[in-house]
Amino acid sequence: MHIVVCMKQVPDSAQIRVHPVTNTIMRQGVPTIINPYDLFAIEEALRLRQKFGGAVTILTMGPPSAEDSLRKALTFGADRAVLLTDRFFAGADTLATTYALATAIRKIGVEFGPPHVVFTGKQTIDGDTAQVGPGVAKRLGLMQLTYVSHIDNVDLEAGTIDVERRSEGGVQKLRSKMPCLISVLEGVNEMRIGSLSDALAAARATIIKWSAQDAGVEDITKCGLRGSPTIVKRVFAPKPRAEKAQFIELGDKPGDAFVDELFKRRPKLESELEQLTRGY
Amino acid sequence: MNDTAKAPAAAGRAAAKKELPEHLKAYKHVWVFIEQERGQAHPVSWELMGAGRILADKLGVNLAAVVVGARNEATQAVVRESFNYGADLAYLVADDILTDYRNESYTKAMTDLVNAYQPEILLLGATILGRDLAGSVATTLLTGLTADCTELDVDAEGSLAATRPTFGGSLLCTIFTLNYRPQMATVRPRVMPMPERVEKPIGRVIEHPLGLVEDDIVTKVLSFLPDRDSTKSNLAFADVVVAGGLGLGSPENFQLIRQLASTIGAEFGCSRPLVQKGWVSSDRQIGQTGKTIRPKLYIAAGISGAIQHRVGVEGADYIVAINTDKNAPIFDFAHVGIVTDAVRLLPALTEAFSKRLSPHQRDRLAS
Repeated sequence: MHIVVCMKQVPDSAQIRVHPVTNTIMRQGVPTIINPYDLFAIEEALRLRQKFGGAVTILTMGPPSAEDSLRKALTFGADRAVLLTDRFFAGADTLATTYALATAIRKIGVEFGPPHVVFTGKQTIDGDTAQVGPGVAKRLGLMQLTYVSHIDNVDLEAGTIDVERRSEGGVQKLRSKMPCLISVLEGVNEMRIGSLSDALAAARATIIKWSAQDAGVEDITKCGLRGSPTIVKRVFAPKPRAEKAQFIELGDKPGDAFVDELFKRRPKLESELEQLTRGY
Repeated sequence: MNDTAKAPAAAGRAAAKKELPEHLKAYKHVWVFIEQERGQAHPVSWELMGAGRILADKLGVNLAAVVVGARNEATQAVVRESFNYGADLAYLVADDILTDYRNESYTKAMTDLVNAYQPEILLLGATILGRDLAGSVATTLLTGLTADCTELDVDAEGSLAATRPTFGGSLLCTIFTLNYRPQMATVRPRVMPMPERVEKPIGRVIEHPLGLVEDDIVTKVLSFLPDRDSTKSNLAFADVVVAGGLGLGSPENFQLIRQLASTIGAEFGCSRPLVQKGWVSSDRQIGQTGKTIRPKLYIAAGISGAIQHRVGVEGADYIVAINTDKNAPIFDFAHVGIVTDAVRLLPALTEAFSKRLSPHQRDRLAS
């Protein structure tokens, strides 16, 4: 079984700060990490390989420094890592990104065998769009299975796969066909700690690096900024509200003081809260 | 390599705006995808009708509701309801194959409709269903899609200006889809206000065939297990919400949030870092990537108030913030601020509220 995982290296958004005076992003020194949602996808891929054998290929598009995250992914036990890196890819929106990734996955199929399953995380923590997975599926004609919480069964002979996926208000149990694209819901598994031998192998491993041309991109105008139908016209800090919070001091009986103050300022709240708590 | 990565180069590109290609000039009118599962329309669809109405009026075009579902009375009821929320007309694809949401059949229905009737703007809810569908529809049509918008407007040239948080929620950016149509955007539930419902007669309904039979669809629904009501969080629609952030210091202290919430009949929530740390489950997350809330009272304890969080709570009528740092951004948008350690204040609040709000219990104890 051949499994491809699409992964992204992202800035650790918890550590991004806005400069208090200039209101600009302070990106210097912000560490990069594997997109946390992608870890669930990697783990799920490794579990499938454990059951059915085969290989796990990790794919990422990004700057040359994304090699760090790929090497990290190899320490978990992935078999190979492909870095799609080229200045032509820079500035890609989600549509242009799916073109590049889909092209590279085709090439991976030619080089290492066509994938049965392509995994992605639910979304990234920097773009937060959840659009790239569906886009890759559509471009490659893969069955699209998003927000998957459990893989119930894989029948390699029949080519079927049964999954549970989160949907609005419940869980859908679906039977679909491979090849498929699965976006994995967060929290459905726990990332393993890689073995010592995997860590050693990862340190020695050669990361496969493909330019647009290496990956088989035929139309460079579909990549990067040029291939992006959306453009960012303006980036700005939110307007501070004219009125800031009124600070209140609560004294030595803070609980009662707070409740008094709150009901004084918002008299209707008292009866509303009374109603909500009736029956408690 | 996301939308944010290209911000520096954007100015030049925007300046070089080209004329909309001739064949795309025929694209007119604003569409809202009315999300429904099992005959129940998702409230986000009506919120989008409100936002869509404003865009359509600015552009001087029609607002259309797009309904896709089983051929039955429930679907018809959703079509009728769309006129009560301001639709000028409705497009309908009704087929029993569409009873359950499946990507293949819904993508086909939507892309066929777009190609046949050519809207300039297409809005969808940023729900599980909406995100699954929007990504494949946009890729099939090879057009732009902006996710999780917090503000929608049209510029002087009539292009959709879609604003969303970026850089992990620390800044906002405005995104355009200039030379492609339709311009697609998703909006999270509760971000746009619910428009007034006005009883109106049903208007023009244009039906379009699905053009698929069950055998054409690969993915089969084996079963559907609805969530138990008891496990559902009602955060998005709660009148009172209490939430905690990293300022709580430890996962054990989150208990203080739950206690206060249950004392005042509130739903409890948290900021994103607590979900990332695994302290609280993700259905309790409030903010850009979690739930958007519009309660009458919101109490934020130990939450610093990054944009990521702010956009999820700005619709609250009254925000009370508790934080040790008097310069925390949450005090920029809260109504009332208390500079103190939430871990020490929360138990006092719980006690004070329980005295004030349960007189029956108090009387009983006294007698």
